[in-house]
Amino acid sequence: MSISLEEVFKIAHLARLEFTEEEAQKLTSELSKILDYFKKLQTLDTENVSPTFHAVKLKTPFREDEVKAFPDIDEILKNAPELKENMIVVPKVVKAP
Amino acid sequence: MASIDLTELTITKALALLEERKISSVELVEETFRQIKKVDPKVKAFLHLNEEKAIEAAKKADELREKGEKGRLLGIPLSIKDNICIKGLPTTCASKILENFIAPYNATVIEKLEAEGAIFIGKTNLDEFAMGSSTENSAFFITHNPWDLERVPGGSSGGSAAAVASRMGLGSLGSDTGGSIRQPASFCGVVGFKPTYGRVSRFGLVAFASSLDQIGPFGTNVEDTALLLQIIAGHDPKDSTSAPMEVPDYVKFIKENENTSYKIGLPKEFFEGNIDKEMAQTIEDLVNKLKKKHTIKEISLPHTEYAVATYYIIAPAEASSNLARYDGVKYGFRAESKNLIEMYKKSRALGFGREVKRRIMIGTYALSAGYYDAFYLKASKVRTLILQDFLNAFKEVDLIFSPVTPSPAFKIGEKISDPLQMYLSDIFTIPVNLAGIPGISIPIGLTSNNLPIGLQIMGPHFKDELVLSLAYQIEKEVNMKFIPPIAKEG
Repeated sequence: MSISLEEVFKIAHLARLEFTEEEAQKLTSELSKILDYFKKLQTLDTENVSPTFHAVKLKTPFREDEVKAFPDIDEILKNAPELKENMIVVPKVVKAP
Repeated sequence: MASIDLTELTITKALALLEERKISSVELVEETFRQIKKVDPKVKAFLHLNEEKAIEAAKKADELREKGEKGRLLGIPLSIKDNICIKGLPTTCASKILENFIAPYNATVIEKLEAEGAIFIGKTNLDEFAMGSSTENSAFFITHNPWDLERVPGGSSGGSAAAVASRMGLGSLGSDTGGSIRQPASFCGVVGFKPTYGRVSRFGLVAFASSLDQIGPFGTNVEDTALLLQIIAGHDPKDSTSAPMEVPDYVKFIKENENTSYKIGLPKEFFEGNIDKEMAQTIEDLVNKLKKKHTIKEISLPHTEYAVATYYIIAPAEASSNLARYDGVKYGFRAESKNLIEMYKKSRALGFGREVKRRIMIGTYALSAGYYDAFYLKASKVRTLILQDFLNAFKEVDLIFSPVTPSPAFKIGEKISDPLQMYLSDIFTIPVNLAGIPGISIPIGLTSNNLPIGLQIMGPHFKDELVLSLAYQIEKEVNMKFIPPIAKEG
């Protein structure tokens, strides 16, 4: 199973990643090899097998939806790349009318 | 006061010496930092040291002890893998994208250790975001195996395993998604335990693959490892996947069951492949000795050969989703850019290393329209078959034995250029995570060139105490000390 350079760029866009032409070339061959190895699974008949998403079955726990204040908001904000007062600055998202 | 020989200490012994006032915690912690300064320039297990705060905490621990307080880890120095949050310290996951991140809160396991008086000496190196089997994928530096500096310590918790082996801290916490505690434990000659999925809260552990990740302890022996598990285990309302179940007294259990006979299964699929001859022989010799006391029989886990493919679809799929949060907006590295999409892409392209990007690509591909059924869904169905294999096996036996890895610690650079070869070295540890069962690695011998050989013991869900119990018995049977020369000589 092989993956094309075009597909690599498409997946990269979906994953919000960027690659140079050279990196993408290398990735194309690496991913093709790995995807090829995954083909192994196709030899198994799983027609009547249900999927496992968690190996240990637990009931979803419910709780009251109560607000609890986080004590150190400043400690969280300190990690932001750019701040204006207590707001996080990002590049402009909306276009001016 | 007597001088402290760290190579003679365990947590249990240190606690006794502290209680008898033969040593103080300050002395113990200071000696630990002397060891770090001597050994770590060569081994490079630590990403960040916490010396000042640790000495302060040690003073406090000594004062508390004078007042008669008895925390179960009062004054004991431990290291923590750098993907577990300790408030006020960096949590980088060995990634450029989190290089400047300071954790604003404690992981639940940290709260629990701290409540018992443990002292955190530093954060240990790992493969970036715990993705790797050698610690070569750290964005900062490679950790070296203390038994042979030209070899890898294993991964992803390679820093924790190397630190404990070198006696830089008496124990450590790591995380295990596909073998990341057990494999480095086996490469470095220490005990490493991956508890049952749900046994330990993951609140404050940076998520990699959420249906597989589990925090677990490293120790220089089984009793210390059991004690650490005892303290970190239990339900946590902050982690909806943590099990609301009683935690047994693990230390008491292993002592009361020193002579209990178990039914042990040897899965033929784990011994068929290309296993290092000395390792296979060491396991065989041990099995022969154990036959006197335990019932040992061959069993089959027929879907073992599909485990690596299954894992390397499911784990990257979950990772691609979990790592979407690193977008340069709220925390972490942000690249200069003109618009939002460019900011996401450039921040991620420059912030993540090659293996992380590779896995995000595999995961995104496996989840993308047109491929979901063929990859992610298919792998999730095969996961059922792998789980079923174990459930069937545990109808016949109490516990299962296997090698931890096909070979002892490999050389730095040996596998890094071929990702698939690296993935295949996880063949024996991965099925345990896919099935959510507990597994331990304990050292049982050394190869002719002085590299540790590990044994894996696997048990049924929430029978962590059985795994520890058999490990405790085997440790006594093997009766060897695993101390790399560098820990003594520096």
